[in-house]
Amino acid sequence: MSTDLASDDAGYEHYEAVVVGCGPGGAAAASRLADHGVETLVLERGVEAGSKNVSGGLIYAEDSAPYTIDDLFPDFRQEASERPVTDYRIHNVSGRQVKSYDLTGLHEHDTDWCDAVLRRPMDSWLEDRVHEMTSETGGGVLSGVRANGLLRENGEIIGVTFDEIDPITADVVIAADGVNSELARDAGLMDWEEPEDWFQGVKAVVDMDPETVNDRFDISEGEGAAHLFSGDLFSDVRGGGFLYTNEDSLSIGTVFHLDSLVEEEAEPHELLDALLTHPLLAKWLGDSYDEREYSAKLVPDSKKVALREPYRDRLLLVGDAGGQMQAQGPIIKGMNHAVTAGALAADAVALAQGEGDAEAAGRRYASMLEKSGTMEKLRPKRYEYSSRVSERSLTTRAVEGVLNSRVGSAAVGNRIADRLLRRAYNSPGLVGMLPDTETGYVTLPSIIGAEHGRTIHWDNEIEPPSLADRIGDLTYDTDVGNPHIRLRDESFEASGAAVYACPVSAEEFGGGCYRSEVVETNGSEERLVSLDTQPCVECGTCAVVADTEWEHPRGGKGVEFREG
Amino acid sequence: MRSIVLTKGVPDFSEGAVSFDEDGHLERGKTPTVMNPNDEKALQAALQTKVRHGGHVSGMSMGPPGYGEVLGEAMEEVYADDLYLLSDRELAASDTWATAITLCTGIEKYADEIGGVDLVFAGFKTADGETGQTGPQTCWGLEWPIVTHVLALDIDPDERRLRAKRLVEGDRDEIETVEAPLPCVVIADPEFSPTYRKASHRLTHKRLRAETRERAEEYEEHMTTWNQQDLNLDPEYIGLDGSPTIVSSVDPIPKAPSEREATVIEPGGEGMEELFGEMNEFAAARGD
Repeated sequence: MSTDLASDDAGYEHYEAVVVGCGPGGAAAASRLADHGVETLVLERGVEAGSKNVSGGLIYAEDSAPYTIDDLFPDFRQEASERPVTDYRIHNVSGRQVKSYDLTGLHEHDTDWCDAVLRRPMDSWLEDRVHEMTSETGGGVLSGVRANGLLRENGEIIGVTFDEIDPITADVVIAADGVNSELARDAGLMDWEEPEDWFQGVKAVVDMDPETVNDRFDISEGEGAAHLFSGDLFSDVRGGGFLYTNEDSLSIGTVFHLDSLVEEEAEPHELLDALLTHPLLAKWLGDSYDEREYSAKLVPDSKKVALREPYRDRLLLVGDAGGQMQAQGPIIKGMNHAVTAGALAADAVALAQGEGDAEAAGRRYASMLEKSGTMEKLRPKRYEYSSRVSERSLTTRAVEGVLNSRVGSAAVGNRIADRLLRRAYNSPGLVGMLPDTETGYVTLPSIIGAEHGRTIHWDNEIEPPSLADRIGDLTYDTDVGNPHIRLRDESFEASGAAVYACPVSAEEFGGGCYRSEVVETNGSEERLVSLDTQPCVECGTCAVVADTEWEHPRGGKGVEFREG
Repeated sequence: MRSIVLTKGVPDFSEGAVSFDEDGHLERGKTPTVMNPNDEKALQAALQTKVRHGGHVSGMSMGPPGYGEVLGEAMEEVYADDLYLLSDRELAASDTWATAITLCTGIEKYADEIGGVDLVFAGFKTADGETGQTGPQTCWGLEWPIVTHVLALDIDPDERRLRAKRLVEGDRDEIETVEAPLPCVVIADPEFSPTYRKASHRLTHKRLRAETRERAEEYEEHMTTWNQQDLNLDPEYIGLDGSPTIVSSVDPIPKAPSEREATVIEPGGEGMEELFGEMNEFAAARGD
């Protein structure tokens, strides 16, 4: 029984603005709202901002962006980020053959600065700043509170409902609640249907003292390296790897098209291990390997899912919640766009104050995203034309055929081609149009590696931890008896993909979220899937690839990332 | 709304902290003093009242000067505004009766000199005495109503009444809702849980926490110590002389003799076979 005696009389509490989520998008929105004098309440479901967040690890400040994070939080780079990227390379891998290109040109295109970050320290720092700022205008940040849906009146959105506190009404609701946004889904603006719309990233944060980082990457204090990996080290799965240097650790991870993971029945943690144990990484990892944290995240492909009109009634979507995650070839930009969008949403709210209709802020927000060029970066119109040609499988097969032939290899492999390739990799336009097929991710890089590469002769001795150990090292506050995911269909046909695509599950592994088992019923055999949500890292993969009812755990419950 | 929370320092009975001599007597000098664990719920109840209705919370304790630290800890937990320590050599060896008289006098002095008190909060039993008497006896001295075993609490400041859910006879299966006029003594049950369903309450809670962190670091500056003379207590009614309780003897509780035998079986195939063998024998012996 409830022991609550508090009066449920006085109606709902009201704030001028409610921001759900205190990542970079929510923080940017809230700080700008506070600048505009708007009474702003920020709700964060983690025990602290950043405890639910994972990113590959680079945040950009673009020259062309109307807002960058250090515009809004001037001390950001000194206080909340790790190392700037001063050395940027891509490695095309074919077996032990590796051909590396300097990507600094591409990287520096439109880049004011770019820093590696870890989300727990970064977001928790942002939370403190945002709390200070929003407290000045009658609001503040509350952590450990999960938004679970929208409050409606006569069918119109008027506020937000929560697990831990009573519903709140607001003049405007900014949903910055991440890639698995419950509010975007409740509003009918996003869905979890197509694996083609998503990437999945997994990451290991590896302990390394600062002197060793400097030494092994040949950098000084205040400098940092970024390395990208593509080619045949991930078999035929479309995607690539990354390595970024932090202050006293490395972020090493892999990002793959979710549909490709499903098609190839690939195990994400094994793909990560394929990168970690590749001979190329030996010179950076040495012979001792201490993994601080294993994590995973779903990434929306903004080219396909960024909403051109990310609002409904008085609800505005910001960042991953609105699909605002740009994959520009090998370079992935998410946090910077979330910051821009958050700040623009806040400006739109301030401008629309006093206008009668509920969608005034949303309309202004969409128009500002368009006019500032942000939407064109997220969802380039030219991609919609080029993808029609290059993603058609017939074309792909033809190109693949030529590339794999001796003529094709020779063409890519000659010396002039090497120069052209170097230049092509550094052309933002070309890279952005690289089709999302095996050609761009696997075939071309492996041919480059084989034709131009040097052979790595040393061996990589490290042994990454097992999946069981990785799960064992994570911190959980399990909501016992209240699982946040339910399997709607436990047949292997409907939900079996989760057994391998889930980053904390694997075939033949009993300690993960999803397991498959063969059950005999009335003489016939049936392959079923079972679920235990305890090891869940809340990435959302299974919501897309399996038939589930998926919610986040209650506030403060579930996994707690320390690095992020 | 003005509240006083009563708290007591007790020996830290947790494993590793507590130390006993050969005869099983507590070695007081070697065992650190901590805040009585049940008092945490009294603090939470007082805090909830402060968060929801505003006002002033004071912590009060009777004990040696070293209890100041316990009050400092209480300040941090309840975000107390100030602290009162009733401390005098003459108060040593008080039983619950003499303690209640002292606390009662302290509360009355507080009410006269500092401000009228609406609520006195106390926890359920102390970890050392385990009597559960001091709270009710203090209340008897004040001639106020008392609500014990409180699980949830709501105050109506305008009507000057409180509403509480409480365990009947301390039984979790029987819960009643009672009302009482203020001022009132509230004894929080160990199962008391504060609720903050309003965003504004949570923001207040967060603000108070930030404010108190600094205050609690220099708690001594916010602590007033009252001795016997300050309290104007009759020596007949305090300390050892004022304590009618006589502890005739203390018997150590004998350790339960262990009758079980343990066999360690190494994990692995052979171990499993051995284990099943043992289980079969056991089952056969029982006639299963």
